[in-house]
Amino acid sequence: MTARRRPLGLPVWVFLPALVGGAFVVLPLLSMLTRIEWGRFGALVTSPSSVAALGLSLRTSLLSTALCVLFGVPMAVVLARAQFRGQALARALVLLPLVLPPVVGGIALLYTFGRRGLLGHTFEVLGVHVAFTTTAVVLAQTFVALPFLVVSLEGALRTGGTRYEDVAATLGARPTTVFLRVTLPLVLPGLASGAVLAFARSLGEFGATITFAGSLQGVTRTLPLEIYLQRETDPQAAVALSLVLVVVATVVVTLTRRSRTVL
Amino acid sequence: MSLHAAIRLPDRDLDLVLDVASGRTLAVLGPNGAGKSSSLSAVAGLLRPESGEIRLDDRVVFSDSGSGRSQWVPPHDRGVALLAQEARLFPHLSVCDNVAFGPRSTGMRRGQSREAARRWLAEVDGVDLGRRRPSALSGGQAQRVALARALAAQPRLLLLDEPLSALDVDAAPALRQLLRRVLRDRTTVLVTHDILDAVLLADDVAVVEGGRVIEQGPTSQVLTRPTSAFAARIAGLNLVRGVARGTSVVTVTGLRVEGLTDEPLQEGQEAVAVFTPSAVSVFRRPPEGSPRNVIAAQVTELEPHGHQVRVRTPHLSADVTPAAVAELGLAPGTPVVLSVKASEVAVYGV
Amino acid sequence: MSALPRPRWRAGLSRAAGARCLTALTVVLLAVAGCGNGARSDGGSGGASPGSPSVSPRSGSVTEGAGAGGGRALSGTITVFAAASLRKTFTQIGAEVEDAHPGTTVRFSFAGSSDLAAQLLQGAPADVFASADTTTMAKATAGALTLGAPVDFATNTLEIAVPAGNPAKVSSLADLAKPGVKVVLCAPVVPCGQAAVKVQTSAGVTIKPVSEEQSVTDVLGKVSTGEADAGLVYVTDVRGAGAAVRGLPFPESSSAVNTYPIAALKDTRDPALAQAFVAAVSGEPGRSILAAAGFGPPTTQQ
Repeated sequence: MTARRRPLGLPVWVFLPALVGGAFVVLPLLSMLTRIEWGRFGALVTSPSSVAALGLSLRTSLLSTALCVLFGVPMAVVLARAQFRGQALARALVLLPLVLPPVVGGIALLYTFGRRGLLGHTFEVLGVHVAFTTTAVVLAQTFVALPFLVVSLEGALRTGGTRYEDVAATLGARPTTVFLRVTLPLVLPGLASGAVLAFARSLGEFGATITFAGSLQGVTRTLPLEIYLQRETDPQAAVALSLVLVVVATVVVTLTRRSRTVL
Repeated sequence: MSLHAAIRLPDRDLDLVLDVASGRTLAVLGPNGAGKSSSLSAVAGLLRPESGEIRLDDRVVFSDSGSGRSQWVPPHDRGVALLAQEARLFPHLSVCDNVAFGPRSTGMRRGQSREAARRWLAEVDGVDLGRRRPSALSGGQAQRVALARALAAQPRLLLLDEPLSALDVDAAPALRQLLRRVLRDRTTVLVTHDILDAVLLADDVAVVEGGRVIEQGPTSQVLTRPTSAFAARIAGLNLVRGVARGTSVVTVTGLRVEGLTDEPLQEGQEAVAVFTPSAVSVFRRPPEGSPRNVIAAQVTELEPHGHQVRVRTPHLSADVTPAAVAELGLAPGTPVVLSVKASEVAVYGV
Repeated sequence: MSALPRPRWRAGLSRAAGARCLTALTVVLLAVAGCGNGARSDGGSGGASPGSPSVSPRSGSVTEGAGAGGGRALSGTITVFAAASLRKTFTQIGAEVEDAHPGTTVRFSFAGSSDLAAQLLQGAPADVFASADTTTMAKATAGALTLGAPVDFATNTLEIAVPAGNPAKVSSLADLAKPGVKVVLCAPVVPCGQAAVKVQTSAGVTIKPVSEEQSVTDVLGKVSTGEADAGLVYVTDVRGAGAAVRGLPFPESSSAVNTYPIAALKDTRDPALAQAFVAAVSGEPGRSILAAAGFGPPTTQQ
């Protein structure tokens, strides 16, 4: 770490609203801590339903992050580099899940992949059942998380510009080689932070999942759904699980911030 | 390999033709914004002209007559390497892997390509740089590596876009020497605004202004007998354009400059009179009774030029001693009379 | 450049000042969020409220509310916390009460019973609480929140909900246990889920649901879109779901009769109006309105 520089020219009064805003974010988390019965904490978060929910959440979030990378990287590249008619509209549509209430996303998925949905019938004929399966959870998470990856990667691509890609092309590299050996390595930090955002979003996904996938322990009941359900009978368990979610999210976000400063 | 490039880009007011014979180096000179870099991008395939034709030897890599049929070869398939102002070394690869990038991309194995990279690094005196990261190189070193990288791709045509302009004064001469060595038998287009690059590196010169080629020919001819004000200025010469009257040139404003001609001129044909600033004498009053060309002017600028002072007026320059500047009391705005002997003026038709 | 004055507030930002700032911020945020606090305290001041001077003289002259109000003209505003399944019927009853007692306003907050109970225990201001089950009401009574004993005013029983057309050809509770039939139930921890467990036990049937939903709404959503072949929900929910869902009564439902209690709350600022509303729900017009929506009459006698 280099020596800290005192930020010059910052008006002193901005610290007040900044402090209040910070308190507004941190206070609710702290007050949650005060409500935890630490004596029961271990038992609460290691109950079979809690463990099943946490495991399911981690599995599905990893899978949906992988799907986001698989499809989001090409999407971001097309949006950032290609030129085609209706590009602005395409970008707006891709980013739509970002501003849509997740419940709406769930309903939309239901009408697409559900049994009576647009593609659902085809899937049924092929023997693929999406509704009430873990696949549905992954689809819901991917749907809401994809724009996060696309947005941050497209930003990184645009900031980077095409200077290095141009050079690579004049050195005889085919488009695929340029993409794999120049474009991708250069946006790796942007891709990493995009993937983390997507993972965090998947982990916290609730609305689309409960609307589209249902809720069954070990199959579709992810950690947020478990928290919401526990709230009904055992608010203590809900608070304890919330803390687990907060900790997991904090760890993931902090880890990637650190790896980004190293790069 | 020879290059023929006819490029029209109305958006950028560009409409020019460049020809480079096999094994020769063409320097493209011109003021900023004249369209030099756009032309290089078009030849490299990074920019698509609206119409025109680009041929490498007999192979058409671009053609579009505007009537629907068009041809386009992507940049990676042209065999044209581009070296720009900044080195643009891939920051995520070592110097060696940067140089090996071209060979690797064209299918060479890793070991072989590294071997080739070392050879090309040796060519630019950079063997010891191989393990470094690009961020650990100086500007001059980086540009040398970039040159090695471009050469390692074994291009049949090399494009250099102001390769020395981003370097500091100390690093430029060494790289210029290096370029002189490697460009000797290569077909090259060199965009520059530095006369020294043109003189030392180029066989031919094309002067581009406002998106058009206004003058071209062998370097020695263009620089000693310029026909455009831009070429004359960068060659450090005075140039007066007008029509021929006997052995003199008469401008539209009626100014008459007498000189010597190599070959007889037709009366009234377009002609230029060219002479060096050191041939020009400066007076406060018109000198009497000598067979000289006398031109009234006003000093716009004084600047050091070697041991002398270059006195600039709106159209012509004169080199005088510092003592003369003091004696004549010259300063911007001073009205002066410039005089040059007819025997020091070359007059030729254009 | 002149020397900047030392920012005195930085040193002087005492804990108390900080707390005051935070309180101010909270107030602003709550105001922005449209919290009902302010509106309610306005209503609590009754006819003296500056917002309703024009109705005060009228309510003074009208005495038809005497029957329910015990001889005194009713006015003011009450807030009723009621289970989500009561939305349609209670809104209707509220309108009737307002009509019968001009100058009164009945506000509602509809949500899951246990959510509402939790809010009440946290100190949320309300005048009447109507729960979808006796267990939740017992929590409120145990917390000493109620004013007098709760009154049971309606019952509700389960029905099999199937999508229009009944694609899985379900006709009895036993059909729900057949393999291949996709059944959605409420999770056992929510009241409708407890009822589903009860009917299964008494019928000796074990259903393997594909999903255990959070609420009746979620179950109905899965059934109405055809995702699920069947679900177990209350008669009133099927009645309210429209043409996309059909209800199939089944005999075993009698083993899980859900009773709805209602009670005025101790903290009410308007006990008379609160009691009047409770009376309207447990007597007329409430009974007819509830019956029309599919609710059964209360089985237990007070």
